[in-house]
Amino acid sequence: MMKKLKESGLSKEEIVQAYRHVLMGRRLDERLWQLTRIGKTSFNISGQGHEVGQVAMAMAFEHEKDYFLPYYRDMAPCLVWGMTPKDIMLGSLGKEDDPSSHGRQMPNHYGSKEHNIISHSSTVSTQYTVATGVAYGAQLAKKDYVTLTTTGEGSANQGEVQEAMNFAGVKKLPLIFVIENNGYAISVGRDEQYASEKLSDRGPAFGMTGIQVNGNDFVESYLAFKKVVEDARKGFGPALIEMMVTRLTSHSADDDHSVYRTKEDIENLKKNDGLLLFEKQLIDEDYLTREQMKEIDAELKKEINKATDEAEAMPDPKAEDILKEVYADN
Amino acid sequence: MAMMTYLEAIHKGIEEEMARDENVVIFGEDVGGVKGGVFGVTKGLAEMFGDDRCFNTPLTEGLIGGLAVGLGTVGYRAIGEFQFADYLLPAVNQLISEASRMRYRTQGDWTAPITFRAPYGGGVRGGLYHSQSTEKVLFGQPGLRIVTPSSPRDAKGLIKAAIRCDDPVVFYEHKRLYRLLKEDVPEDDYVVPIDKANVVREGDDITVIGYGMVLNHALKAAETLSKEGYEAEVVDVRSIYPLDKETLVKAAKKTGKVLLVTEDNLEGSVMSEISAIIAEEALFDLDSPIRRLAGPDSPSMPYALPLEREFLISEEKVLDAMRELAEF
Repeated sequence: MMKKLKESGLSKEEIVQAYRHVLMGRRLDERLWQLTRIGKTSFNISGQGHEVGQVAMAMAFEHEKDYFLPYYRDMAPCLVWGMTPKDIMLGSLGKEDDPSSHGRQMPNHYGSKEHNIISHSSTVSTQYTVATGVAYGAQLAKKDYVTLTTTGEGSANQGEVQEAMNFAGVKKLPLIFVIENNGYAISVGRDEQYASEKLSDRGPAFGMTGIQVNGNDFVESYLAFKKVVEDARKGFGPALIEMMVTRLTSHSADDDHSVYRTKEDIENLKKNDGLLLFEKQLIDEDYLTREQMKEIDAELKKEINKATDEAEAMPDPKAEDILKEVYADN
Repeated sequence: MAMMTYLEAIHKGIEEEMARDENVVIFGEDVGGVKGGVFGVTKGLAEMFGDDRCFNTPLTEGLIGGLAVGLGTVGYRAIGEFQFADYLLPAVNQLISEASRMRYRTQGDWTAPITFRAPYGGGVRGGLYHSQSTEKVLFGQPGLRIVTPSSPRDAKGLIKAAIRCDDPVVFYEHKRLYRLLKEDVPEDDYVVPIDKANVVREGDDITVIGYGMVLNHALKAAETLSKEGYEAEVVDVRSIYPLDKETLVKAAKKTGKVLLVTEDNLEGSVMSEISAIIAEEALFDLDSPIRRLAGPDSPSMPYALPLEREFLISEEKVLDAMRELAEF
C-alpha cells in the first residue's frame, strides 16, 4: 500500500510541481535516447524508473544552500536542484556552455557551480568520500547546510563507500548517503553483488540510521528524507537511505538488457514503472486529471524542443582550448 | 635565521600557513591529538589550532583523498597526510580521477587546492613497504603537481608554496633527511617557486641531476671531485611534475655530460622522462651518452641490511659515476 499524497504535508501545488519534475525527467531522457540513436549525441545513461523517488529525495533539501554530489542517473534531482533542460542538453551535446563540464565529460555527468551540484567522475562512488569533505566543511564553518550524495547498489560495494560512511559516522557529519537500488550492476543481478538482505543495514554498522524505502512511493520516500535531512541539519549526524527503484532501460545506450534480463522481468517493467504508478495515484487522490496531465506533457515537450534547438545552436568548445584549466595558471 | 632540521622546517611552514589562513586544515592517521604524526611533523598543531583544524582520520587513505577534494570544492585548503608514501596507493583513484581533474573537468568551476604530504625514501630499514619512492605512480598526471624539497630551507618555502597553490600538490618529504639535515632557515614569510628546478652548485665539467637523499650525496661527491680537478653542476629537480624543462635542459647543455641519479628503480622512473627531454632538446650539445644511476629493478627495497645497501644509492656510488663521466 502506498502512502496517501496528503500525508506528505505538501501543498497541491508542490505535489503537481513534483509530478512535473518526474515527467520532465522521463521525457527529457527519452529525447536524449532519440538524439543518441540518430547520432547527435554519442551516449546516454538513464534514470528512467528512478524518477519518483529521486524527485521526492531532492524536494527534502534546501537547494539554495545544500550541496548535491550526484551520480549519472540523477538527471531528475538535478532538475529539482535548479538545472534546466537546456543545461542537460548542453552536456549531452558536449557544448562549450555545458555547466557540468564544458563539453569535457561524457553525457550525464552532472554538475553546476551555480546550483551547488559538485562535479563527479565516471569512477563510481568516489563522490562518497568527496562528500565527506563537503560535509565536514559545514562543521568547520559552523554552517547548517546538508550534503547529499548518491550512488547505485552495484557501486555501493566499492571500498570508498564504506570508508566514507565510517568517517561520517565518526564525525557525525551532516551528510545523507543514498543507494539507488535498481537491482542491476549493468548485467549483474543482486545475488552476485551482495549477500545481506538490505543495503540499508550497513547504516547502523557505521553508527547511523539506515532506512530502506520504496522509491515508487513518493510520500514514503519524501517523508524518510525529510526526517533525516532535518536531523542532519540539527547536528544529529548522517543517514543512509536505500531507495528501491526499477531500471526501465538498458544500463546505457551501449548496452542491451534483453541479453541478460529474463522475459518475465522485462514484461514486468511497465507494472513497476514509478511514473505510471504516480500518475494513477494523482488521479485516484484527485490531484490531477488525465486531461491535465496531457496538458502538462504537451508543455514539457514544447520546453524540451526549445531546449534542444537552443542547445544545438550553441558553440562547440574550441580545439585550441584543450589545455585550458589544466592548472590554475592556464 | 634559525637552525632547523628538514622536519622542523616542514612543521614551521605548515604552522605559519595555518596561522595565516584559517581555511588551512590538516589531517591524517595519528596527525591530530598529542602525538602529531608518527614522525612528529604535526606535533603541537592540534593544540595550537584546535582539533577541528588538525585531526585524526581512521586508517582509510581513500577517505583522506576524497575528504581533501571535498574540502577543496567548498573553499578550504586541505593538507592530507599519507603516513608513508607507500600507503598513498589506496588513494590513487582520488588523486588521479578526482583531485587532478576537478579543475579541468569543470573548466575551473570547481577546484581542489590540496597539499598531500607523502614521507618517502629508503635507508631507514623500512623494507618493501616503508622505503618506496612512489612519485612515479603519480608522475605524468596533468592537473597534479609533484614537488619535493632537498634542504631545510626549501622544505619550509616549498610546503608554504604548496599550501598556497590553487592546484593539487603531492609534497614528497624524504624520511632520511628529516633529522639528517640542519641549516639556517629564514624566519620570514618566504615561498619557494612551485614549478622551478634549482641549480644548487655550479660547475663546467659534468651536470648531475637528482632530488632528495641522492642530491645530498651528489653535493658531497662534487666537493671530492673538485679536489680531483673536475667541477660538477648539481641541479635539484625539486618540481618533479610538471618538470622545469628549461632549467634542466640549460644545465645539460652547459657541460654536455649528464648524470641522472634517483633512488627509485632504474626503469620507468622520473629520470627516464628527464632523459627523454634532454635527448630531444640537447642531443647536439652532448659530449657523452646520458647516464642514469638508480636502484636495481627489484620490487622496492628489501629489509635485510646487505640487500638494502645493495639497493641504495650511496655517496660512493654517486662519486664513482660522476668521476667516470668526468673522465669520459
